[in-house]
Formats: sequence, structure tokens, C-alpha cells
Amino acid sequence: MITVEGISKTFLVAKRQSGLGHALKSLFHREYTAVEALQNVSFHIAPGEIVGYIGPNGAGKSTTIKIMSGILVPDRGSCVIKGFTPWEDRVKYVKHIGVVFGQRSQLWWDVPVADSFELLRDIYNVPQAEYKNTMALLTETLDLGNLLQTPVRQLSLGQRMRCEIAASLLHSPSILFLDEPTIGLDAVSKIAVRQFIKTINKEKGVTVILTTHDMNDIEALASRILLIGKGNLLYDGNVQGLRSRFGTKRTITADYHENNRPIDIPGASLLSWTPERAILSVDTEQVMISEAIAKLSAQVELLDVAIDTQPIEDIIVQMYKEYQL
Amino acid sequence: MMRAYLSVFKLRIYTGLQYRAAALAGIGTQFFFGSMFIMIFVAFYAHSTEVPPMTLSQVITYTWLKQAFLALVMLWLRDNELFQLITSGNIAYEMCRPSGIYGFWYAKLLAQRLSSALLRCFPILIVTVFLPEPYRLELPPDLLTFLLFLAVLIAGFLMVVALSMLIYISVFVTMSPGGSLLMFSIFGEFLAGMVIPVPLMPGWMQDIVYLLPFHWTADFPFRVFTGDISKLGALKGLAAQLAWLAALAAFGHYTMNRALRRVVVQGG
Repeated sequence: MITVEGISKTFLVAKRQSGLGHALKSLFHREYTAVEALQNVSFHIAPGEIVGYIGPNGAGKSTTIKIMSGILVPDRGSCVIKGFTPWEDRVKYVKHIGVVFGQRSQLWWDVPVADSFELLRDIYNVPQAEYKNTMALLTETLDLGNLLQTPVRQLSLGQRMRCEIAASLLHSPSILFLDEPTIGLDAVSKIAVRQFIKTINKEKGVTVILTTHDMNDIEALASRILLIGKGNLLYDGNVQGLRSRFGTKRTITADYHENNRPIDIPGASLLSWTPERAILSVDTEQVMISEAIAKLSAQVELLDVAIDTQPIEDIIVQMYKEYQL
Repeated sequence: MMRAYLSVFKLRIYTGLQYRAAALAGIGTQFFFGSMFIMIFVAFYAHSTEVPPMTLSQVITYTWLKQAFLALVMLWLRDNELFQLITSGNIAYEMCRPSGIYGFWYAKLLAQRLSSALLRCFPILIVTVFLPEPYRLELPPDLLTFLLFLAVLIAGFLMVVALSMLIYISVFVTMSPGGSLLMFSIFGEFLAGMVIPVPLMPGWMQDIVYLLPFHWTADFPFRVFTGDISKLGALKGLAAQLAWLAALAAFGHYTMNRALRRVVVQGG
């Protein structure tokens, strides 16, 4: 469905040092630095997938989304989505996709949301009956009922984001690109948005590609992760794979009867220790959890034990470090 | 395709008609400036040694028409939203729509000017028709002249929007609306006959003005109204206007597509 093959994109950024001298100099001679936003990125996405596209700021996530939605023209490489090359067949192609840019707005600021929706209906030439059905579904799942008659300027961010997402789906696209859809949302709105993405993926088979910095989005939604850093694709696989590759550490929190002897278990490091409680980090590649607990209970009289897997956020930080992003 | 353009046109008209206070203020300003222009012309005509090529009454009618239809013919009237769209990168959304951006923006600008003109032109026209001589707006000599005036005014209006599209397109390159606007508005306004009617300009300047498209947008329709241009002249002019319109739209379309291919949507 989506095949991206070796795309590269370079931006020229004008550079000068601060100060009057350099400002004057740049009037005559400009220095540009080439920033390679994407270098030879390739991947393939099948219909009905939800793919999380992650990476630190400036890694090239948005650039990829913009190329896939036909806004930017890459320097090299090919991209075929539903048989179209986005930037060449732009007008024909965009009927099949919906795009949400979390930091931008597509709704008309001064008029009620419903007016913007009707404009989009006409732009995409959606038949009235179909529009009604889609609206009914969107209104129910995104809880838009009270918002439609309100001018956009009077909506809260969470309300507006729900409307933005609805606006991108009015023409029933089969692919949805979400560029940071949960940015700035509170916990309740985030959960509503995630729930909705799941629903349309399941019920309408919409393929979803989302970028985000919120790892909970990824854990809740994406069965597959693409990690990009400095313009290179670094990881392509599922969340479990990521865990088994990078998240081999577990944290054991143990409460026990007062004991003044420090704990020593090979293969585990002590994160904190008091006479009543110890927190240990265990690398499961070196020592099995059961073994670590057995050794622990031999040394102290355990009252309570909790084992935590490493949060995915820590794994990502660790990966960023490993790849020096 | 047409449905999208009609829809944005309608929505922009509805939005525009909300701004009642702006319209009232606009009417006041236009009366003030109209009176000022007329007083200056009256003073010039009183002390003129030659017979001017337009009568005072024609010049006054011309001025009132200019004030009434300002929103239709002024090049500097701008849609800041579109500038923001380009400079902030929100154009990203417009680019994911299955409609041509040129047509879409053209419809939007057309509606913006029309809604603004609809709110303002009638009060000015009605009041100025009843002003005492010689300050009043003189009605055209016959109905046919008036119909011709409507036709060439609309054609001129379509040309103004096509011209103003070039300002927006130039912002893709310069990224700053200020410069483009200043250039277009100062030269465009003068060359359209918005400062003084073209017949009152020196001969060599008229030769230049008649070569350029701007005078078709304001000077020409207003002189058709006053009867300064004959009916045959009006028809010939209408043909010229349509030719210019086609050329400007084709040029704008072409340059816009070029600009969009090299557009860089930054950030976020």
C-alpha cells in the first residue's frame, strides 16, 4: 500500500554569526549549510496497519509525512502510495488520504466548526448521504455534538483537536497521517483520541501513520514502530522487539525486615538501599529474575516484592543515546 | 471542482458580512476621503487656464464611484490570512486538498472583496446621488450605459483579483508581504487612475498607463459610467479586459505551480 524507497531530502539553511559585522557581510555573501533531513529512508506499510513514527525533534519525521502527503518534493528516491506518486499526482492522490498536523489548524477561525466541515465536504465532493453517515459516526465517537455550532476560536485545544481529526476524516480516506495529534492535550483528551484512532482502524480498516513524542500513544496504538534519527531509519519492528532488544532490564523493589547487611547479588546493581527497602536493577541477559529473587530471599526476610519492566520512554532514551542522536 | 470554489466563496461572503462595525467605519472614511479629493479637484478646476479633458461633474462622479466601489478595485485590499498561510506554513493543509490552490484562493479573494463592497457601496451611492450640485453623483445618460458599466466593472473586478493573486504568489519567494504590497499598491493605485483620472495625466504618462493592465480595473469602468467613453469604446474595452484577465490568470496559475513545487514547509 505504501512503499517508500530511498528518499532523501536536503534543506539549505542560511547561516551567519550574530553581530553587525556578520550581518553586513551576509548582505553580499550568504553562507548556507546543507541539512540532510532524510537520508535514504525506505519502508513498506501494509493496509490496516497502525505505525508509530518516532524520533527526537528534528529527526525528519514531519519531513517524511510531508513527502508522503505530497507537500514536499524529495531530492531523490521514490514513494508510491496506492499507485500514486504523491507530489506528482497531488490533486488525484490527496482524495485518498487524511492529514492532521497537530501544530496547525485547518478550521476557519471565525466561523462555527460545522461551516468548515461543509466547506471540506464540498472540496472533497462528498455526497450528502455519505456525509451524513460519516458525520453521525464522527460526532458519536469523538463526542462533537456540542462543538459543531461553536466558532473555532472559542474551542479549547482538546476540543479543537477532536474537530481537526474529524475534519481530516470527512471524506473517508483510507490512509490517515497524524503528525503529533496529541500534542498539548490533557490525559482525558489523549485517551479519547487514541480510542478513536483504534476504532476507525478496526471498523473502517484505515491505515494510520502517526508521529508522536508521547510513548503512551505508541504503546496504546502502534503494533509497529519506525524509529528515525538524524535522517536515518534506525529501527523498524514491533514494540516487543524493541523491548527484547533494548529493554532487558527489570527493576526489583523489595521490602524486608530490618537488615543491616548490604545486599549483594551478581548481575544486579543496587539503585537504592535502606535497612528496610532496596531497589535493584537486574539485567535479564545476565541473571534470570527468578534467580535474582531466590538470592534476594536467601539474604533477607522478604515482605513484599515488585518487579517493573523498564518504561518504554527509558528504552527510547537509551536508544537515542546508543545511536548518539 | 466548481462546487469547492462556490462553497469557499459562499463561506467567505457569510464571514465577511459579519463585520458590520468595520463597514460603518469604512463608509465614514470613504466619505471623508471622497470629499477631500473633490475639494482638491474643485480648487484645481477653478484656477485652470486650459479646458480640462474631463468636466468637473465627471471628475466628481468618478471620485464617488471610486469611493463606493473601493473594495472591488483597490489593489492593496489584502487577505492577511493568506499571507499567514504562506509564511507560517499552514499552506500545508491547502496542499492536501484535491483542488487547485489558485482557483481556491481566487474564489476566496473574490468573495472577500464582494462582501466588503456589498456592505459599503449602497449607502455611499444613495447619499451621493442626493448631494447638491455640483457635488452629486450624476447618473449615466441612459440604461444601456449603466448596463455596460456593470459589465466592465465586473470584468475589472475579476482583473483586480487576478492582479492581487500575483502579490500573494510573490510572497512565496520573498516571504514578506510588506514589500510586495507596497510596490503593487503604490504603482498599481496610481496606474489604475485611483489618484487622478487617467485623462488628467500628462500625455506621455497616459501612453505608459494605457499599455499596462491597471487602468482597466478602475479608470475605465468609471469613465464608462460618466459617458466619457462611448458605448462602442466600452465594448472594445470589455474585450481587452477579458483578454488581459485570461493572460493574468494563466500567468498566475503557471507561476503559482512553479512556486508550489519549490515550497518548503518549515517546522513542526
